[in-house]
Amino acid sequence: MNFLAFGVAGWICLVGFYGAIVSENLIHLALCLTVIQSSTYVLLLSIGYRTGGGAPIFKGVKLGTTSVDPVVQALALTDVVISVTVIALILALALDAHNDAGTVDPDELAEFHG
Amino acid sequence: MTRRRIRGAVAVPALGVVGAVVFWGLSGLPSFGDYHGQYGRLINDVALPERHTTNAVTATVFDYRGLDTLGEEFILFAAVTGVVLLLRKSGRRGVDAAPKDRVTSDALRLFGMLALAGGVLVGLWLAAYGYVTPGGGFQGGVAIASAFALLYLAAGYRAFARRTSEEALDPLEATGAGGFAVVGLAALISGLPFLANLLGPGQPSTLFSGGSIAFVNWAAAIEVAAANTILFKAFLEQYIVPLAAARSRR
Repeated sequence: MNFLAFGVAGWICLVGFYGAIVSENLIHLALCLTVIQSSTYVLLLSIGYRTGGGAPIFKGVKLGTTSVDPVVQALALTDVVISVTVIALILALALDAHNDAGTVDPDELAEFHG
Repeated sequence: MTRRRIRGAVAVPALGVVGAVVFWGLSGLPSFGDYHGQYGRLINDVALPERHTTNAVTATVFDYRGLDTLGEEFILFAAVTGVVLLLRKSGRRGVDAAPKDRVTSDALRLFGMLALAGGVLVGLWLAAYGYVTPGGGFQGGVAIASAFALLYLAAGYRAFARRTSEEALDPLEATGAGGFAVVGLAALISGLPFLANLLGPGQPSTLFSGGSIAFVNWAAAIEVAAANTILFKAFLEQYIVPLAAARSRR
């Protein structure tokens, strides 16, 4: 039971990698990247959890009350924002590739010259 | 065998090895719920006494690790610039080329606009109280941007495009990204380290707390709201304008 959260993170990461390897579509590939990145949120947040801890927000809560780690939450927040912008950039590249080569299959793109 | 199947067959044993190493590494972590990170604990203990912010996560993002967030803001800025540049190459034909796709359902328009107003309000509230209660500039900014996406859904592309012109959004985005740096430089000018908290901590649990966190927080909210609306518009344009061209050819 103790290992469940970490195991889920590892599992999400591996599933994402599998999807990326067998991908035949740049948009699908971008989504697989999002899945891989999501595993880092699960991992970060589960590392920062403390048994019985509440949110690290001390409005109406006595200071010194057990609460989860705020640093990993800040990291996850940063991670989410970066993920969104990088995906947007990748999708723009995919759109550009489609406009030029008429395909979003990485294999066919490799054969495309010009 | 198709290429996909060959790849799958190669991937499974390889991922088995990677997975074994990953799970071996994960099993060495402190057991779930038993982490004693000194840094996190320290921030939980000092954020309220030092900065008078009740939200320790926002204190981390916009103060204790503000420099990281500044870098992240500029990644956001650079990525949006990249997207706009990449998509601009494939031609933009402006609002006039867009289809006249008026939303005719009154109910959809009414509830869409009510949801838009509600979404913007929630976003502003999340951003404003970001350092007091759960929320923050990033969350509020995203909520505001998604509320604006409702404008497209409930009122059509033209209504959306007219109210989200580049002339308005680009300076807003730059103000957000630049404002963050300006708060940092202000500290430098007054002889403190970059992004040091200049202002008095204020009254805890009110909007007047956290010192410069409030300003950095709003800079991030403006930046994120503008950046996401620009992204949404840039992609929407790619979809809508060719659609109209295809329709008019038919």
